[in-house]
Amino acid sequence: MPKITINCKEVEVPENYTVLDAVKSIGGYVPTLCYMKLEDIGIENKPASCRVCMVEIEGRRNLAPACATPVSEGLVVKTHSRRAIQARRTAVQLLLSDHPQDCLKCPKNGECELQDLAAELNIHNNPYFGKMSVHKKDISAAIIRDPNKCVMCRRCETMCNEFQTVGVLSAVNRGFDAVVKPTFDWPLENTACTFCGQCVAVCPTGALVERSYIDQVWDVLEDPKKHVVVQTAPAVRVAIGEEFGYEPGTISTGKLVAALRVLGFDKIFDTNFGADLTIMEEASEFKERLENGGYLPMLTSCCPGWVKFLEHQFPELLEMPSSAKSPQQMFGAVAKTYYAQKAGIDPKDIVVVSIMPCLAKKYEANREEMRSSGYQDVDYVITTRELADMIRESGINFHNLPEEEYDNPLGESTGAADIFGRTGGVAEAALRTAYEWITGEELGNVEFEAVRGYEGVRIAEVDIKGTTIRVGIAHGLGNVRKLLEDIRAGKTEVHMIEVMACPGGCVGGGGQPYHHGDFSIIKKRTEAINRIDKSKPIRKSHENPSIKKIYDEFLGKPLSEKSHHLLHTEYFEREWL
Amino acid sequence: MDRSVLEGDPHSVIEGMAIAAYAIGANQGYVYIRAEYPLAVKRLKNAINQAKEYGLLGENIFGTNFSFDLEIRLGAGAFVCGEETALLASIEGYRGEPRTKPPFPANKGLWGKPTIINNVETFANIAPIMLRGAKWFRSLGTEKSPGTKVFALAGKVNNVGLVEVPMGTTLREVIFDIGGGIRDNKKFKAVQTGGPSGGCIPAEYLDTPIDFDTLTALGSMMGSGGMIVMDENTCMPDVAKFYLEFSVEESCGKCTPCRIGNVRLLETLDKITSGRATMEDLERMKILGKTIKDSALCGLGQTSPNPILSTMYYFKDEYEAHVLDKTCPAGVCKNLITYKIDKDKCVGCTACARVCPVEAISGSIKNPHEIDQEVCIKCGACYATCRFGAIEKI
Repeated sequence: MPKITINCKEVEVPENYTVLDAVKSIGGYVPTLCYMKLEDIGIENKPASCRVCMVEIEGRRNLAPACATPVSEGLVVKTHSRRAIQARRTAVQLLLSDHPQDCLKCPKNGECELQDLAAELNIHNNPYFGKMSVHKKDISAAIIRDPNKCVMCRRCETMCNEFQTVGVLSAVNRGFDAVVKPTFDWPLENTACTFCGQCVAVCPTGALVERSYIDQVWDVLEDPKKHVVVQTAPAVRVAIGEEFGYEPGTISTGKLVAALRVLGFDKIFDTNFGADLTIMEEASEFKERLENGGYLPMLTSCCPGWVKFLEHQFPELLEMPSSAKSPQQMFGAVAKTYYAQKAGIDPKDIVVVSIMPCLAKKYEANREEMRSSGYQDVDYVITTRELADMIRESGINFHNLPEEEYDNPLGESTGAADIFGRTGGVAEAALRTAYEWITGEELGNVEFEAVRGYEGVRIAEVDIKGTTIRVGIAHGLGNVRKLLEDIRAGKTEVHMIEVMACPGGCVGGGGQPYHHGDFSIIKKRTEAINRIDKSKPIRKSHENPSIKKIYDEFLGKPLSEKSHHLLHTEYFEREWL
Repeated sequence: MDRSVLEGDPHSVIEGMAIAAYAIGANQGYVYIRAEYPLAVKRLKNAINQAKEYGLLGENIFGTNFSFDLEIRLGAGAFVCGEETALLASIEGYRGEPRTKPPFPANKGLWGKPTIINNVETFANIAPIMLRGAKWFRSLGTEKSPGTKVFALAGKVNNVGLVEVPMGTTLREVIFDIGGGIRDNKKFKAVQTGGPSGGCIPAEYLDTPIDFDTLTALGSMMGSGGMIVMDENTCMPDVAKFYLEFSVEESCGKCTPCRIGNVRLLETLDKITSGRATMEDLERMKILGKTIKDSALCGLGQTSPNPILSTMYYFKDEYEAHVLDKTCPAGVCKNLITYKIDKDKCVGCTACARVCPVEAISGSIKNPHEIDQEVCIKCGACYATCRFGAIEKI
């Protein structure tokens, strides 16, 4: 292990360390901007391009970027010499000199890493000014790109290319005009973008943000003619607390429900109900495909980013995914039919709002085929972050909110629905039900450890009455690409594949509170989800009393004609570029 | 220079590469040439085919176990792709952008494999060294910079062209003996060496023997071997601006100091040459230039402020004249010069009024003319036309 000296202190560090790792290992700090490491998913963005983490290394002519300089025996590092600080300040000042000065109106105000750096480095004036980049803004249903705020950190490019292998965002032009954009400066809606939102999740500035629907939601909440129902995705309740200072992994279900009630939603329902419904349909479909020689493997279809990826990248495999809609869309369809009937409300007056950890859900709600109730099934999708903004804007003190319960009938759910929010959860939920349906026996231990974890691709073998069911699980679209290619090449055989586009699943979604490069936050949310599941009295979707009721009263049975009409969908081939 | 080697003696490069490959145990080589040099590409291709026919390239060279193949990769002509890591990225099909070092290409180069990467001129030197020995090579040049160097001599000298001299030859010998001195008997002002990001060296250092270290010590560099001679009519801030414009144009845009910093430097130079700058601007430019040198990612960014810093150091008075007196001593910066007609010398021939593209000159035949300063665009057409020396440039 090489010995190095950091600020007069001698330390021994592992050979594969960078200067930044070494500084962190002794509790030191060097500011960074472009650098991002999500070790658990094998992603490191290290272009060393922002030149913020510059440090002085004895004997070297120039300053060195701490993030990309490997340690070596005898290295003498000074992290805060005047010269290094001068270079850092200059880098940030230069970035600010080509950055719109609209921080107070920027959606990233308060969450912006460039803003934080400016404050941290005491930048109270900027000697540099001059021409500014001029790029056009791109507004899609889910994501807003403002390339004028791009600092060329390339984090989005790394997520889009390396993690998701979607390849929509990359550096274009050169010199002062260099910026990250889609090919030919096309709007995202014309590209193979899956709207997974991982670019938004990692963007340090306001260059990539979600398209907000807060104003539209306020409008319908104020409209006395509208009956506004809201659904909350499983990953929201374990993350929203972070927005109000709670530790990552805090379960805030009760406060979340209370907040929505205070905001004025007429009914507080749960996407989990939709998740249990999804399992009913998906497990039935799986059982049928398995028993009647149908197309295998069956792919899950809850993740709209993944669905769009498949449509663009593997159009020849469109028969593979389950035809079941996602929980969000199933919920929307039954809210405007079953619930409307029960409550005696004209579905045209019902507005369905979703609170999602996801940006692709905004896109999904706008897909043309998602209108099986006769209306747009889900009207507005807002993210965990947007809901937090609404709560703050209203002056609601989240800490003081009581713990409240969801409304019924669309608010009851099982532990199987909760785990939809993390990688491996949909497969696990499906197995809990499929096992009992196929074997006719009660499942003892409902926890399938084999499908849990964070490896990009996991293959789990589950014994169902003598038949070994092989389940593939992938999170991250790059990982599913690998898995599908292996299957196509005959290297792997599986019966079912669960796919979630985001790292760790929905808990790491593009609409969640910003993790700022700390993946441990996502892991804590996952653990919270597992705790909720464990605490639920009912942990198998088919045992949900409200689910049984909706089949008795309305749908008939899974895969019935009515189910097909309301709860299933189809997929379309899309252009590759 | 490299182009002329590839066009004139491509085999020297092929031989050098094959020997180098043998030395390190490589069996695949690449020559990266910009597509704008079609003749070099054509002749190198031809030479590679010839070498293959003779068994000098390809499988089992000279009947040995050693195999080596060469492939030509065409670049789109980005200057930054001369930086080794950017060049490697470009060969791999990625955006021509440098990456931080270490790892150096010798440890992790093309396709992640150890790679030696050298300039055309370096490879061309190998075969002669193998034939005549290192001692012979060391007998030429200086102790630290042995051998010869080819310079592309250009600018205001009488003889321009490629010049090969032993290292250690003085600037004066190259410019005045080989180059034949300054054109039109004008005074030598400075020589800019090393390509667009080299520095400008003034007259007092003409007797410096040229090698890698001396040029660096003077705030310039060996760089590409470019050598551009400037005469007394050259405005140094304007020269700095010219070179910086090139660096700004050719920056890949990856790192902050080069992408934005160089543009800010250029904007300040623009202020200086148009008479809008203050002394604070000068100071700020110097600090920014030094910071860019200290913190840019690759060689392009780290050297791009050289023309500014060296001219600010050697020609401080000239910068101050632009800032404090709002004059351009060399009479180059348009915004800082005024054309005036000397009434005593003007014969009223009307030639100036006829060439003026903006009709700024008025006056009747045989009477002294006058220039309307509000209209004049300082193109200098009248100045060049007047046969009576009646138009003054102030």
